[in-house]
Amino acid sequence: MKFPVLRVYTVLYLIFLYAPIALLPVFAFNSSKVIAFPLAGFSTRWFAEMLNDDLLFRAAKATLIIAVSSSILATCLGVLAARASTRFRFPGKGGVMGLIMLPMILPDIIVAMSLLVVLLAMGVNLSLLTVILGHVLICTPFSVAILTSAFQSLDNSLEEAAYDLGETPLSTFRLVILPLVMPGIVSSLLICFTISIDEYVIASFLGGNQTVLSVYIFGQFRFPAKVPAMLALGTILVALSIALLTIAEYFRRRGIAKTGAKDTGGFL
Amino acid sequence: MATTSLFDRVRRSEAASGIALISPTALYAILLLAAPLATVLIYSVMTDGPSVGVIWQLNGENYAKVWTEPIYRAVMLRSLLVSFAVTAVTVLLAYPVAYFVSFNVPASKKSLWLFLITIPFWTSYVIRVFIWKGIILGYNGVINQVLMGVGLTSEPLQAINYNVGAIIITLAHAYAPFAILPIFVSLEKIDRSLLEAGLDLGESRFLTFLRVTLPLSMAGVIAAVMIVFIPTVGDYVTPTLIGGGKVNMIANQIQVEMLKQHRMALGSAIAVSAMLIVCVICLVFLFINRRFLGAQK
Repeated sequence: MKFPVLRVYTVLYLIFLYAPIALLPVFAFNSSKVIAFPLAGFSTRWFAEMLNDDLLFRAAKATLIIAVSSSILATCLGVLAARASTRFRFPGKGGVMGLIMLPMILPDIIVAMSLLVVLLAMGVNLSLLTVILGHVLICTPFSVAILTSAFQSLDNSLEEAAYDLGETPLSTFRLVILPLVMPGIVSSLLICFTISIDEYVIASFLGGNQTVLSVYIFGQFRFPAKVPAMLALGTILVALSIALLTIAEYFRRRGIAKTGAKDTGGFL
Repeated sequence: MATTSLFDRVRRSEAASGIALISPTALYAILLLAAPLATVLIYSVMTDGPSVGVIWQLNGENYAKVWTEPIYRAVMLRSLLVSFAVTAVTVLLAYPVAYFVSFNVPASKKSLWLFLITIPFWTSYVIRVFIWKGIILGYNGVINQVLMGVGLTSEPLQAINYNVGAIIITLAHAYAPFAILPIFVSLEKIDRSLLEAGLDLGESRFLTFLRVTLPLSMAGVIAAVMIVFIPTVGDYVTPTLIGGGKVNMIANQIQVEMLKQHRMALGSAIAVSAMLIVCVICLVFLFINRRFLGAQK
């Protein structure tokens, strides 16, 4: 008797979680301007309208530059921190790791405003670069979390064997460790990319005149006539996110299988 | 003696390698996180200048304003209440899901379930919030149409849109995985033989849950509470889109002061006050829990 209750509850909960992204394509393909049931009919006109929007393409380009740069930078920083914290003991580790992981729970607005204050005080012009600085900061904790589990499942004796066979620490890292944690690195890149694409607060505070996709969408929601096209764009973004996440999950699992660890599941 | 000094040397070199390896990431966090946060702290006791930037003049007025003027107090209080409600709703709704995945799903399927739970979290936050507001909870939204279709109401309810309730639902949706994952991890750690022992000793399933499973998973629940509570206090997108400027929370107030009024010092004082209150609440919560958990032993 107990099992079905929980199962039904969990399925209802999943419906609650998926309701928004399930409704998104329904209205993106609906021909009516009014975002409400009953549906008027199937149409791809909002996708066509979206593709004719030059400002949107400029925002998309800015987003892409930011997302690619910040995911690469954050993953590099993540590799260093995750490796250091799983392999070595050193004084002050708890404090340093706490600081690095802090943006994960610190409200984005605090991160954004404190960076803004410093950048303005230093006379730095707001641009794509300043958004990247902020995004690296908030992506790094996620990268560290993913990579820590990748490095943790490494067997230290593999590294020792490489040393015994005459490899230097650097070549050991390149030949033994890196291939084993590569799936974790790919997974981290994809997750950071997804976070950066979706991020709004930092992008709007630190972007200056450079509008990125999330900021553009946010602005367009003020105009009812623009909403359907934004839902079409949203449908594409959600599909892209799900594809990237699925690939990331695949790599994460492969990495765990490679090092022979037990899968505890989850990115966080 | 020789072995100790060798051991010390190795240990020292291990510490040195660790520090060297982590230094780029640590430096980045110090320069772009710790230093800016310290700057905000300093700004909060300075004086706002006529244009952007502050005058370097020590001043306690910002805090006096934030803590006494009704508008700031109202925003602060609203943020905290919304955050409390969101935390309670999110964690209570999440616990059974985490329990189901940990206890009733076969081990090989667990990561698939967790993956399914986290997917919506990673998809565009701005768009998800808009769908809650415009499509699900709106005046012509799905819920109103269902309620009218079933005949429960004859007119669309205004009560579910543009208000605190709508903000709570949207935030509870957004932060769901933050609650589920820590509880799941703590449930996974529970030694299953303890539960069998409970049942063997004649406890009912429910009492075993209450006296064994729940206390052992409290660490996860506490983590979930903090991880949901802290970021929701400062959430910006949801109150802005759903409240439509009528139900501002702290993040909106900070945005107004800093970007529109260019009152950097006052904005900083709001941020510092909010984080201070959050810290105190978290510490009190941890303290109460330690007492509570201590009494359980």
